[in-house]
Amino acid sequence: MGWLTAERWSPYSVGVGIGVLSWLTFLLSDKSLGCSTAFARTSGMIERLVRGARAAERPYYKKFTPTVDWQWMLVVGIVIGAFVSAKLSGTFAGEWVPATWAGAFGSRPVVRLAVALAGGIILGLGARWAGGCTSGHGISGTLQLALSSWLATLCFFVGGIAAAMVIFKVLA
Amino acid sequence: MLSALHSRKGVQLVLGLVFGIAFGFLLQKGGVTKYDVIIGQLLLKDFTVVKVMLSAVIAGMFGVQLLRSLGMANSHVKGGSLGATAVGGLIFGVGFGVLGYCPGTIAGAVGNGFLDALVGGVPGIIIGSGIFAALYPRLQETILNRGDFGELTLPQLLKVSPWAVIFPLAAVLTALLWAIEHNW
Repeated sequence: MGWLTAERWSPYSVGVGIGVLSWLTFLLSDKSLGCSTAFARTSGMIERLVRGARAAERPYYKKFTPTVDWQWMLVVGIVIGAFVSAKLSGTFAGEWVPATWAGAFGSRPVVRLAVALAGGIILGLGARWAGGCTSGHGISGTLQLALSSWLATLCFFVGGIAAAMVIFKVLA
Repeated sequence: MLSALHSRKGVQLVLGLVFGIAFGFLLQKGGVTKYDVIIGQLLLKDFTVVKVMLSAVIAGMFGVQLLRSLGMANSHVKGGSLGATAVGGLIFGVGFGVLGYCPGTIAGAVGNGFLDALVGGVPGIIIGSGIFAALYPRLQETILNRGDFGELTLPQLLKVSPWAVIFPLAAVLTALLWAIEHNW
């Protein structure tokens, strides 16, 4: 069972595994893999807690109701699956600052956290604006040959490469 | 079509969780729950993310199209427009580069123990989604429908059968992976 405790698998095996997983989600659940809608539902749930029922009247939350659905459970499952995999390979570790970041900007958690929060806000806004993320558009949509998803994925990488280059080649 | 299974809500929630566990396990084994790997991709130094994504797309498109041909799967193609897909995609991209995770891999990063994901990134994505929900009516009136092209697929655009796109596309993507692997 060495493969279960291996630190890394070939990216091709992992990719094919995700491809096969997508067959199963279409077949057994009539769904495609996607993650960002779950975050929008969560924001609706939190807004409802804070502002009460009024929050649920937002047109966007009528379209994507603030409820636990298949995809919400999928995202919870990702946390569990990654935890199990990391534990099995002994790579689970509480870490505040990733090595690449620390190498360029130092290891103070507060700086990395502020940037991660800002990046998350932009990412969440963009995911809902584009109607999907790296899984919903980048994998599920492209494998269905959707024009919207190929365009979205191209834009994800254009924006991502530009931002990463500015951060690490200009600002660092 | 397994319609009876699809309509069983409780079973579907459990299936969602099980699929998620498998997805998270694969993402972690692939190394893509790590900031360093994702940023390495965006800095064009480490092509793990592209290798995972393209092999998922190649494997996925054959199986999903086969299921569709057999009448065992529905289409889940998302509609798009320049104002929503291209503009939103670029915004997402900037967030992707700043955060160093995406909505799926960040869930995996949380499971991996990465606290910048749990304490910084996840609340950020939820706040960003909330901002979009608040802006949605105004964006809907102004930009989201600009240059709308609907739920168009590449085979529809080229007026050919899906397989006539899948085989050449798989060949091109495989060649691309081969070129990346051999440092072209």
